[in-house]
This record gives sequence, C-alpha cells and structure tokens, in this order.
Amino acid sequence: MSANNDAARKQYEESRQNVARRQVPEPQGRKSGRRGTLGRLIRTLFSFYPKMLPIVVVCIVISAILSALPATFMQRALEVVTAHWQTGDWDAASGQIGGIVLSLIAVYAVALTSTTVYTRMMAIITQGSLEKFREKLFDHMQDLPISYFDQHQRGDIMSHYTNDIDTLRQMISQSLPNITLTVITCLSVVGVMVYYSVPMAVLVILGVAFMAYMTKVLGSRSARNFVAQQKEIGVVEGHVEEIMNGQRVVKVFCHEEAAQEDFDVRNEKLFRASRAANMYTNTLGPILMNLGNLMYVIVALAGGIFIAVGAPNPSISGLGFSIAVTVPFLNMTRQFAGQIGQISQQINAVVMGLAGAERLFELMDEQPEEDEGYVTLVNAQRSEGDELVESSARTNIWAWKHPHRDGAVELVPLKGDVRLSHVDFGYKPGHTVLHDVSVWAKPGQKIAFVGATGAGKTTITNLINRFYDIADGKIRYDGINVNKIKKDDLRRSLGMVLQDVNLFTGTVMDNIRYGRLDATDGECMAAARLAGADGFIKRLPDGYNTMLTDNGSNLSQGQRQLISIARAAVADPPVMILDEATSSIDTRTEAIVQRGMDALMSGRTTFVIAHRLSTVRNSDAIIVLDHGRIIERGSHDELIAKRGTYYQLYTGAFELE
Amino acid sequence: MIKTLMGSIRDYKRAAIATPIIVSGEVVMEVAIPFVTAQLIDAIQKGATVSEMLPYAGILVAMALASLCFGIGAGITCSQASCGFAKNLRHDVFAAVQRFSFANIDQFSSSSLVTRLTTDITNVQLAYMMIIRTAIRCPLIMICGIVMAFVMGGPLAIVFVIIVPLLGFGLFKVIRTVHPIFRAVFRKYDALNESIEENVTGMRDVKSYVRQDFEKKKFGAAAQDVCADFTRAEKILALNAPMMNFAIDLVFVVVIGFGSWLIISSQGLLLNVGQMSALTTYGFMILMSLMMVSMVFAMITMAQESAERIVEVIETEPTIKNPKHPVTEMKDGSIDFDDVTFMYSEKAEHRALAEIDLHIKSGETFGIMGGTGSAKTSLINLISRLYDVTKGSVKVGGVDVRDYDLEFLRNNVAVVLQKNVLFSGTIKENLRWGKADATDDEIREVCELAQADEFIQGFPHKYDTYIEQGGTNVSGGQKQRLCIARALLKHPKVLILDDSTSAVDTKTDALIREGLATYLPDTTKIIIAQRTSSVEHADRILILDNGHIAGLGTHDELMETCDIYRDTYIQQNRTGEDEAGAEAEGDAGAQQTAGRDETAKGGAADER
Repeated sequence: MSANNDAARKQYEESRQNVARRQVPEPQGRKSGRRGTLGRLIRTLFSFYPKMLPIVVVCIVISAILSALPATFMQRALEVVTAHWQTGDWDAASGQIGGIVLSLIAVYAVALTSTTVYTRMMAIITQGSLEKFREKLFDHMQDLPISYFDQHQRGDIMSHYTNDIDTLRQMISQSLPNITLTVITCLSVVGVMVYYSVPMAVLVILGVAFMAYMTKVLGSRSARNFVAQQKEIGVVEGHVEEIMNGQRVVKVFCHEEAAQEDFDVRNEKLFRASRAANMYTNTLGPILMNLGNLMYVIVALAGGIFIAVGAPNPSISGLGFSIAVTVPFLNMTRQFAGQIGQISQQINAVVMGLAGAERLFELMDEQPEEDEGYVTLVNAQRSEGDELVESSARTNIWAWKHPHRDGAVELVPLKGDVRLSHVDFGYKPGHTVLHDVSVWAKPGQKIAFVGATGAGKTTITNLINRFYDIADGKIRYDGINVNKIKKDDLRRSLGMVLQDVNLFTGTVMDNIRYGRLDATDGECMAAARLAGADGFIKRLPDGYNTMLTDNGSNLSQGQRQLISIARAAVADPPVMILDEATSSIDTRTEAIVQRGMDALMSGRTTFVIAHRLSTVRNSDAIIVLDHGRIIERGSHDELIAKRGTYYQLYTGAFELE
Repeated sequence: MIKTLMGSIRDYKRAAIATPIIVSGEVVMEVAIPFVTAQLIDAIQKGATVSEMLPYAGILVAMALASLCFGIGAGITCSQASCGFAKNLRHDVFAAVQRFSFANIDQFSSSSLVTRLTTDITNVQLAYMMIIRTAIRCPLIMICGIVMAFVMGGPLAIVFVIIVPLLGFGLFKVIRTVHPIFRAVFRKYDALNESIEENVTGMRDVKSYVRQDFEKKKFGAAAQDVCADFTRAEKILALNAPMMNFAIDLVFVVVIGFGSWLIISSQGLLLNVGQMSALTTYGFMILMSLMMVSMVFAMITMAQESAERIVEVIETEPTIKNPKHPVTEMKDGSIDFDDVTFMYSEKAEHRALAEIDLHIKSGETFGIMGGTGSAKTSLINLISRLYDVTKGSVKVGGVDVRDYDLEFLRNNVAVVLQKNVLFSGTIKENLRWGKADATDDEIREVCELAQADEFIQGFPHKYDTYIEQGGTNVSGGQKQRLCIARALLKHPKVLILDDSTSAVDTKTDALIREGLATYLPDTTKIIIAQRTSSVEHADRILILDNGHIAGLGTHDELMETCDIYRDTYIQQNRTGEDEAGAEAEGDAGAQQTAGRDETAKGGAADER
C-alpha cells in the first residue's frame, strides 16, 4: 500500500504539473514551436476550406489596399479646394470634385463588397473549422488505445474540447484576419506615404516602430500576467470544486468558517493576479492611443514646418509640400495608429490560441491503436457435407476466418475456448505486474478471479480483449493466437460487464441495443427479461422509451447494473467478462442482479472478477491472485479444504477491497 | 437583482466612482485634440511661421500627455474596481453556500455551484468593467463629438444626426436577433460537450462493443447541428463590420463632397480645410463609440443570465437557522422521535417518514437496517438537524433539536455520512476537522479505535501522508475508517455511522464496534448497515420499510417476528451445507420484496 500511495502521489503531482503546464503557455520561450504550430494551424485551415479561404485572403487584400486609398482622394479634393476657395467659384471646381466623389464611391463599393464577402465567409469558416477540429479530434480519440484513457484524467481530455477549441474561436475569427488586414493595410499605407513624401513617411514609420515596440514589451507582459491569472483561476476552480463536492461534510463538521478562510486566501491571490493582468491590458489601449495622438501632433507640426521653410520633398509623385499633402498624412497616421491598436488587442488571444492549438495537435498526434490482426469473425453455415462455409446472411453460427500464408482460408468455429499460457505483463516496460499466469477456460466454463486490490484481476481481463498487449507468453482463443485476430472482431466475440456501469444519454431501449445495433425491439426486451430488468423497466414512466440522462442518474445502482447486463445479453457473445460492482447495494437488489448475472453466464465461457465471494462458489475454477501471481487454484470445495488464502478471504478475515 | 450585486462593491466603491470621472477627463482631451489640430492646420494653410505654430503644438502635446495620464489612471482604477468587485462577489457566493442547509444543497448541483463561482462571476466582472469604463465615456464622446461637429462643420454635421441613429438601429437589431440564437445554441453546445464526456467515461464500453464508428457518426451529426446554428448566428454578427464600414465611408464621401462645396462656395467662411479634416476625425470617433455601446449592450445581455444565477445563490434563504436563544447544554445522548413525519419538500408527493415514534436510550447501541429507499438516512439526518421535521419533534437529551445551538448540536451528534469525503491535505489535517486543536496522541488514539492506525503506520509519511483530492489514494475501506476516526475526535454524545463500514472486512468491522463499545460507553451509537453482522449484537435493531417501522427489537426477537430481517439474515449467512434450501428460500423472499423495493424509489412512505 505504501508504494501504491507514493506512486499515486507522484502521479497526482505530475497531473498537477500538467494542469499547470496546460495553463502556462510561455509567451516568450519555444518560439520555433509556436511558429510551427501557427504554420500547421494555417495549413489545416486551408485544408478544411481549400476554395473559400483563398477567396477570403483575396478579399482581405482588396479591402486593405482600398482602405489606404481614401487618403489620396482627400489630397486631390483638398488640392482643388485650395485652388478655388479664394475665388469662391464652385462651378469651376464642381466637375473635378464630382469626379473625385464618384470614384471614391466606386472604390468604397468595391471595398464594401469585399468586406461583406470575407466577413461572411469567415463566419462560415470559423464555425466550420471549429466543428471540423472537434470532429477530427473526436474521431481520432475513438481510435486511441485504452492506455491513453487510463493515463489521462477525464478533465484534461475534456479540456481539449472545451477550453482549447474555444481559444481557437477568437484566433480564427478575429486575430488571423485582423492581423492579415493590418499588415497589408500598413504596407499599402506606407506605399501611399512614400508616393507623397519620403521624409514624412520616414517620420511616421519611426513613430509606428516605436509604438510596435511598446506593444511588444507591454503586450508580452500583459500576456504573461494573463497566463498567471489563468493559473490562479485554475487553483480557485479546483478548490471550489472540492469544497462544493464535500459541502455536506463541511456542514456536519461545522467547518464553514475555516472553509471560508481557506477560500479567501486563494480568492485574494486570484484578485492580485487578475488585477495585474487587467491593468496591463487596460492601460495598453490608452498608451497606444495617446502615442498615436503625440505622433499626430508631430506629423502636423513637421508638415507645417516643411511647408513654412519650403523644404524639398523627395517623393514618387513629385508633389511639393503643401497643405494638401499634410492633411491626408494626418489621416494616414491615425489609420496606422489605429491598426497597431487593433493588433495589440489580439495579443492575448493569439498567445492563448496558439497554446490551445498546440495542445490540440498534441492529442491529434497521439498514436492510434495498432491492429495487425487478419483473422476475422464471419457468419457461417453448414454445407451439405457438414463443412463450415462463410455466409453473407446472419446465421447465428460464427466462425473465425483464418487466411493462411499459403493462401488457404480456414474457417474455425467460434466456441469460446480461451487459454492464457505463461503470460507476463507490465503497464510500464520493466515493471512487471503479472508473472507467469496460465489460465485455461474451456467453452462454457466459469472462471473466477479472486484477490486483494492490485493483485492483477482486472489486468488479466484487459489482456484477453487486448486493451493491453502481453509482454511474454501466449493467449489463444479457439486455438488462434489473439494477436492474429482483428481487435474489433476479437472484442465482438467477448462481452464485458464493467463494475462501473456507463449508460449513454438516450432511451432505455437505445442503451440495451448498444450491445447489438441491429437487434429488434423484441430481442432487446428478451434480453432485458433474461437479465431480470424487464420488471422495473416496465414500471418506469415511459417504459422502454424512458430517457436516461447523466449516466442514468435517475435509476438506482442496481437498476443500472441490470441494464448493463441486458446490454451484454443482447450482444450474445460466446465469452463474457464480468467485473462485479464493488459499491454497496442492498441485499435484495443484489440478489436480483446476481440472478441476472447467472442467467447471462449460463452456456458461455465466463471470467468473473469477484469482489463478493458469494458469487464465486459455483465456478469451475477459482484463481486466487496475489501481487500478480497465481497462488491458489481449484474449485470452491477444494480451496476451502486447503485452508489457505481463499479460506481466509471467504471467512472474512481478509479485506477484499 | 442589481441591488444584491451592488452589495458586493463595498471597499471598491471609490475606484468604481473614480473610473468614470477620470475617463471623462480623457474624453475631454480626446475631443479637444482634433479641435486644436484643426486650428493648427488652418494656420499652416494660411502660411504661419514656425514660431506661430509652436504654441499650438505645445498645447497639443500637453493635451496628449494629459490624456495619457487619464487613460492610464482609468485603466488602473477600473482594474482595481472590477477585480475587487469580482473578489467580493466570489466571497459572497461562497459564504452564501456555507450558510446553506442540506435542503438548500439539494437544490443546486455541485457542478452548477462551481460554474456560478467561476465562469458566471467572470462574465459579470467583464460586463461590470465595461459598464464603468464606457457608461460615461461613450455617450460623452458622442455628445461632445456631435457638438464639436456642429461648432466646426455647421450644416455639414447634420450628416451625423442622420447616420448615428441608422447605424445604431442596425447594430442593436443585429444583437437582438443574434442573442436568442446564441442562448439556444450554447445550451446545445453544453449537451454536445456532455456527450463527449460520456464517451470518454464509457470508453471501455465503446471499445468492447466496438462502437467507435457508431460513436463517430452520432457525434458528427450532433456537432454539425451545433455548427449550423453557430454559423447562422455568426453570419448575422458578421454584418456588423460592413455596416460600420458603410457608415464611415458615407461620412467620408459627404465630408469630401459637400465639404469642398461648402468651403469653396462660402470662400472658407462656413468651413475651412482644417475643420474639414477634423470632421472626418469626429465622425470616426462618434461611430466608434456607437459600436462600443452596442458591444457593451451585447455583453450586458450575455452577463444577465450569469448575474441571475449568482444572485439566486446569494439570495437563497438558508432553511435552517440558529434559534434566537440557543441551548448549549446537553444532558445525555438519549434520542426521542415523537410522531415524526418528514417530507423532503412541501410539494413532495410522498412522506419519506410517516408518524415515527422511537425512543433511544443514552448509551444504547442501536442498529438500523432496511432496503434502498426505506428512509434510514432520512431518519438519522433529523437527529443532528441536517433537515427539519415536517411534523412532530426530535429531541436529543430531552431538548428539541431546533432549540440547540447548531454548532453545539452538530459537535455533540457526530455523523459519519454515507457518501463521505476526505479533502486534499495530510491525514492529520483531515482528522483535525473533528477537533481543530487535537494533539498527535489524541489523533492516534481515535485512529487505533477506528482500526486505521495500522495502515497509516504502513505509509512512508505516516500521519503526514498526503490525501489527494477526493481521497483517491486510499482504498474504500481505509477511507471509511479515516472518516470514522475524524468523527470520533469530536467525543460526541451521539455517534451515527451511516453505512460507514461497507467496504471494511467483517473482522475489522467487529473490532471497530468493540472499540466503540469500550471507549464510548456513554455515547449513543447508531449504526446503519447492509450486513446483519454489523448490527446483530446491537442492543436493539430497527427495521425500516418505506418510511415505516417494520420491526424493532433485539436480534433474537427480530428473527422471530420480522420477515425482512430473517430473510436478509438467512441470505447473508448461507453456508455450504444448507445452500440449496436457503437459496430457494432467499429467492422467494427476494422475489416477493422486489416489486415493493422498486416502487419505493424516491423514498415514499405512502402506498401508491
């Protein structure tokens, strides 16, 4: 037990660190990794929308370039105004102004169209991509080996679907298009600036560079604090979860005040972290805006000075300094500053989004369960010569289709003969938990595993259905090495009733039919009758159509077990693995469940993991395990007579769980 | 609702008031800057010298710096105000939950309480921050902006009067349309995530029934359904950007077209070049704040539901409160149920307990048995006043439990709950819940009694061993024994064990009972159990069935008079020899009672 505790603690600490790591994406370090993630994210998005996304990019480019143009219209209009305002002769100017306004409207029309198109398409792409990510993730997850689920906490897996995918939403819908837009707008604005005046352009670019620098410094600090805040949120959430779950115990022990004090300490920490994070985020905007204001003043002043001293104006257009050049520059400066402000608001989203994407890709890169099996399970029928031949119809006779290397195909009838010989196994290499285990089960026999927690009972069943693969030894099913059997077909031939019953959201009927999807209602009800579940199901408000939610929380523990037995019964496999429930149900219900189990076992090879010894007695063989080794084996009477470990367990001198 | 929420501002009121004031200063600067700039531009156009320009530049720089200070100041105060508000809110919700009675706790699932304390409060915090930052700012900018536009642009400013309401109407229309869609789709989205959780939890079943493809198809359909709804909402939301752009474009076109006409035809009297440039700036400013207002509006609508959920917790009245003149003395551990009827709520159809009369002597060892739903737990919950009786009264030491000081009562009536919990922390820390100042020797003593000392000594860190959240690193039997030890530390007058040794082997179970009998001879010991062996040696045993007393007496008496007890006893004590006979008998008994057992679900004492 002590070693167990140590291991558990270590595992716990590791998982804590995982949580911490999950919530602490370092905004500074691992740049190349981040960039790789960004590239992969963009590639993935393009693979989701190979046609739509390029159109979006084109539209963004058009919008961005066109948004730089109004400044030039302003300049031309002002030139006309400057030329005519002193004479007050509108008729002379109206033609030119009219032309400018019309072409401005034309530019706007195009820009507006492309903006409408790309925002609409981005709406589709954003939600569509999230959906495709979700589906990809889910599909991949179905193919992962069971060891993945044993090693990862459910909350951590769920957080991929909730937190990680959600962080992508803002990243895809806002950050990516905005950043593209900003970069292109800035480039075009720089182009227009250089067209009018190189010295002024240099001035603006220097100012913008300073703003960008400030954004980077403050932004990364903001992101760091933001991440620290997320971590504190995680701490408070964990604490709250624990206390809320134990609230009744808190009451019984009058521990309310102490609990409040504990909470307040964590609450204060969260307050400090979130205040720091918010301060950076909230002041970054005003700082950038007013730097923009300062730059605005400097540009205006510089323009004025250039005009006043009549400085030469190197530019592409060849225009001299004039008020008509200065005013559009002021607008462009504002535009530029605005764009920087836009980017600064995306920093937190980008940092969080990339961290989320990285974790998603991590899960997508997990190795799926491998399967080199080639022996399949097929329907068969007896030909006239009493030979087994494959049949495409459902015949209720099953056979293993075993293609041999020489091309011959052998059909082996499915009987349910399972033999483990000299099996060694460890969850981690070098850490063997099962030693030289040999078990033989002939068709129809009942084999029970007995032993203390951690003796290896459940582990053995994990090997038979190949949730895990053995390190050494052999497992044969009807004489065929299970490694050769396709995993899906192997598992189809094995029924499992787990100690923790899992029911899915849906009707009672749906849940029973989960055992065999093409079972008719009649077959499902027959299975329920066999399991002894029929009685209570009929008394449910909607009988077999009663909706079960939240893992059947509206049913009692015993009733849930009966449904899971019915589910296994409808699947009708030749071999059953039954893991008895440990939780205490009252004696009467237990008797009903026991009868259900007995009905299910009759005529099948059955492996029972026994937590209560009352079920074990009529087994063909009882295997007593201790620390991964078989220490006793025999029938109930034999073992009782032996007065060994089994006898002590049976008389209640040892604790089973 | 708002009043309740405001109650949580408290010490952060000053920051909350300061924020809009400082923001107003920022707004004034923001509005004034383009005004001064316009004059500078006009001066330049009129051919001003550098020395004539400098004063304007000086004023502008000063204003920008002032605006910077205001901006930073407001950023700091609003962070202080909003984070402080959130902190107080979390404190208040947590405190409200601490005041909850068991009946209150039943109303809320623990996961919903967690959401209320985290996500919901974050939503409200964000909305609150937006409100104090923009509630003054945006209207102020709009008003100042439009006033300035009229001052500078004269008739040209009418364009804003037309565009602002139009755009405003458009933006609000979008929010109004989108909000109900989002609300509905978020509910679907939660269901989708729940189905993923179900899949992850049931992965062993999925894999052993080879249902991966089935699950993929099922999930794909649900996910696409959610996506379709989300896309519908997002598409409507996507109208915002073109609408905003259209309004800005319109301002620009009007300003250039009519502005040029106005300048030329009035020879610069009604409008000059500088003012024309400033008009575009004001236009941008006004429309941006309009956009901001619509965003804040959206945020408030989103936060409204969260706020309602938070207030629901804070305003929940605890159903059990301390009496005005509490009794803090307990004569002995005698317990009297006088004609007790109990329903879980006033609206409940069935009485969980019906007219129970029961008297337990001080120091008695009292066993309780009965099937699921027979109201064993309901009965003992009344003793330490976890629930209040509906009718009749429960007395401990001759005094009605409703007259005792709650903390005093619960310290003297110790309950080891059926669904018990250890908290993350060392074993010692966990045990000290029973008595905060317990010495190491005391702790060890109770652990020996609860048969826990032995396994604790086996841990490398002994009593300092760290228990994980939910006690996942100790076995079920060990956990139960630690929970018993924790309750023993209270040295109670009444000790109630609610099915607290179900995972402990029979031998240890017997040792614990022996220890209790010798160590706590004067304490009334009530033991609820599934195994007859746990109660066999009690002074008296009570058999409950559907909230009624079905039998009361010693083991020998009950074997004679009570069918339920006898059947259970025989079934649990079958030995190899009489197996065949007992099986038949037990089966018959179970068959008979099975029907009744199931109808009893929900704890009904009344016959249907």
